[in-house]
Amino acid sequence: MKLQEYTISKHNFEECMKCTVCTAYCPVLQVNPMYPGPKQAGPDGERLRLKDPYFFNYALKYCMNCKRCEVACPSDVNVADLIQAARIRYDRSKPKLRDRILASTDFMGTLARPFAPVVNGVTRLGVTKSVMDATLKIDHRRSFPKYSSRSFESWLRRHAKEQAAFPEQVAYFHGCYVNYNNPGLGRDLVKVLNALGVGVQLLEKEKCCGIALITNGMSDKATRHATHNIDAIRKAVTDRGLTVVTTSSSCTLTIREEYPNLLGVDNADVRDSVLMATRYIFERLEKGATLRFRTDYHKKIAYHTPCHMERMGWGVFSEKLMRMIPGVEFIQLDSACCGIAGTYGFKKENYEASQAIGAPLFEQIRAVNPDIVACDCETCKWQIEMSTGYTVENPISILADAIES
Amino acid sequence: MNAKEFDVIIIGGGITGAGTQRDCAMRGLRTLLIERSDIATGATGRNHGLLHSGARYAVNDAESAEECIKENMILRRIAAHCIDETDGLFITLPEDDLAYQKTFVEACQKAGISAEVIDPALARRLEPSVNPDLIGAVRVPDGSVDPFRLCAANMLDAKMHGGQVRLHSEVVGFIREQDSIIGVRTQNRLTGEIEEYYAPVTVNACGIWGHHIAELAGVNIGMYPAKGALLIFAHRINNMVINRCRKPSNADILVPGDTVCVIGTTSTHIPFEECDHVAVTPDEVTLLITEGAKLSPALSSTRILRAYAGVRPLVSADDDPTGRNISRGIVCLDHETRDGLKGFITITGGKLMTYRLMAEIATDAVCRKLGIDKPCETATTPLPGSEERSYEAVAQKIWEKPSMAQKAAASRMGTGAFHIQSGDRQDDALICECEEVSVGEIKFAIERMDASTLTDLRRRTRVGMGTCQGEFCACRAAGLLAKANGCVEKERKGLAEFLQERWKGNFPIGWGDTLREAEYTQWVYKHVLGL
Repeated sequence: MKLQEYTISKHNFEECMKCTVCTAYCPVLQVNPMYPGPKQAGPDGERLRLKDPYFFNYALKYCMNCKRCEVACPSDVNVADLIQAARIRYDRSKPKLRDRILASTDFMGTLARPFAPVVNGVTRLGVTKSVMDATLKIDHRRSFPKYSSRSFESWLRRHAKEQAAFPEQVAYFHGCYVNYNNPGLGRDLVKVLNALGVGVQLLEKEKCCGIALITNGMSDKATRHATHNIDAIRKAVTDRGLTVVTTSSSCTLTIREEYPNLLGVDNADVRDSVLMATRYIFERLEKGATLRFRTDYHKKIAYHTPCHMERMGWGVFSEKLMRMIPGVEFIQLDSACCGIAGTYGFKKENYEASQAIGAPLFEQIRAVNPDIVACDCETCKWQIEMSTGYTVENPISILADAIES
Repeated sequence: MNAKEFDVIIIGGGITGAGTQRDCAMRGLRTLLIERSDIATGATGRNHGLLHSGARYAVNDAESAEECIKENMILRRIAAHCIDETDGLFITLPEDDLAYQKTFVEACQKAGISAEVIDPALARRLEPSVNPDLIGAVRVPDGSVDPFRLCAANMLDAKMHGGQVRLHSEVVGFIREQDSIIGVRTQNRLTGEIEEYYAPVTVNACGIWGHHIAELAGVNIGMYPAKGALLIFAHRINNMVINRCRKPSNADILVPGDTVCVIGTTSTHIPFEECDHVAVTPDEVTLLITEGAKLSPALSSTRILRAYAGVRPLVSADDDPTGRNISRGIVCLDHETRDGLKGFITITGGKLMTYRLMAEIATDAVCRKLGIDKPCETATTPLPGSEERSYEAVAQKIWEKPSMAQKAAASRMGTGAFHIQSGDRQDDALICECEEVSVGEIKFAIERMDASTLTDLRRRTRVGMGTCQGEFCACRAAGLLAKANGCVEKERKGLAEFLQERWKGNFPIGWGDTLREAEYTQWVYKHVLGL
């Protein structure tokens, strides 16, 4: 007799009408015939998996978790959640060393930070890339994010006193990228919020949101991070009455959606208090706050809405903020996935697919020829910069550059 | 030999007929099976698909219980690919009398059925969907069996032993010589063609329709048609069969079957005229949901796929209006000794579980008439497809890294999956996405398993049995049929009939997601495909 522990399936799986629009919108399916597609891998496969976990298919690993299927679904089925939940439940293969390295964004950041100039120099070398390609199957054509010598956390701690002086306060979930790779983005956020009369605090020891852990088969560790982060967020929201703002769309989606839906970490009491900074700022401006913009700012900006931003439906806030800046020629790029999907595109076996998925976007960017590409996601940034040569900035950094100092 | 002469003609393509044909063919007889429609269209395909341990009958009908447990163990050996060894629970709810459990367990043990009283907490862990309020649980060797697959496998084996099968052929008359039946006259329901076939013995294995066939032969058997209604849910919610530990009653068995689960049944006496068009009433639906939710509360919020009903071929013994107290025992009538009509045998009563035993009894009777003395080997010879015990083993032998559809094919066909074409993109393409049925599997069913209509294909492959109820697979499969048969117009008509038949099952439970799905299907076929 076989036991199936998970006899009840969530994620609105029964509401699937088999209309197949998710399959039409899946970026992976268009370039990788090995992938069964969201409908097959999601609601269709779920029926078989409910019968016997044996029907779990290794090909589900090709899902990027971009969530475009969920945006497309007219029946509100959480297709990508079904696929990721199946991977969490049934995939018994151990994550490879490579996947562990790619997923441990905070650990790698802590390691690399003290030697940042050396690490940055080494990862740029062709020989390093060849070695990583051969030993770890991290594609040699990839460029790696640069590490910063100083973490954002230490910077903000040094400025804690002046931040505390502002009449209003928010907590900032900066994420690994701002902390280890691009503290400048964090400083830009502080600049913009300070201009609105808002001081910025750290959470009590945030950990990596865990998105890369989930997609790389380390959901246990991700759950520990989630529990820790929700505790920290709860302290900020409930005890200190703060809103928690973020500058990474994927961290935000993970905290708001993946924690309860995939990891079973309840966030109901604090979920609505975790917002993308662009939304927070837009809402303050709506309520009458003002920003003073430079008059000499003239830029052509093309905005790429990250997939996870589309899933939350919040691209509009970033767009409106950038449109407010006088002297900005704003171009909304077509809705498309850039192909990187976090650590997905770094893997040798996914490189070709990743670049093929992003190709139409890259082409459009080249045709538009903007001064800057705007985007709320750091991995999209790496992908677009590497693939097109254009500079990509977070809308917050653009805003910080455009306001008077 | 004239191709129209046989040693035995079996009327009825249900499990009893198919089993009897297999047994006769294995004993070296030249056999012909005649079925007016398709395999498993009657009670065979319209039940729970429960591999009874016999526990349900233990208290009231010890004889049936003993037959069940023996056949249960035999089927596990000979029909592995048709069976899911799930085990079953008999649960006691707070409203039930816990004292009955003792009576029940004793009766089971007496019948040779292993019945282990387990802690309710253990029952909840073994079966997470069970009603958490249960106060008692007994574990028994119940399971589930796919009747279509079982029927097809029996027929396939009969054919491998030289048997012939005529589907969609209705017996319209018997050919007599004095006081003997020496043959049958049939009419093909698809082509209208009349044929005559001859054999010294004819077996009536038509279930409830056996009443009519007997009348045609001029003898009378008092049958008692009892309708049982069931509901299919869109996916499995239980691992194990869940029964109520009480006197058998309505809607007290929940059976997991392949990708779905089934709650049933009811029992209502119906007139013979209704046997061909049984419908499920709103009252029956309400009863099934209400009672079913007591076994497993999740049922009340799970999407219902279809409602259907079958007619039990009970042989009446008394005037019990519910039909529940009639023994489900096997009835084999030799009309020569009973009515003075030579060459005619009726095998009826019984149930899906005991089909093999029924076939053995009927074949013994046939052999006695023909003066043949050969032992029955059906209890020890695996059916084609069941040479391996598990579908994991089958899939592993064929494919290095089986896809979901390949695993599904192995689970449906057992070792038969060795014969389906796969490996190229055309054959591996999916026809049915809900049940993961590939082009290769459909082709196999058309070429090797006598499937000539969409409904025939459904019974053999599960095409159209999934959540979408034919929304996508029906037109794709119709395309393959048209290609094989070289007739587009006929398949277009067949497609409409198939969808109409799917809707018949949706109609009694036409609300919520099921209705949305049906509506969507209508848009696709009417407005997109212009049918």
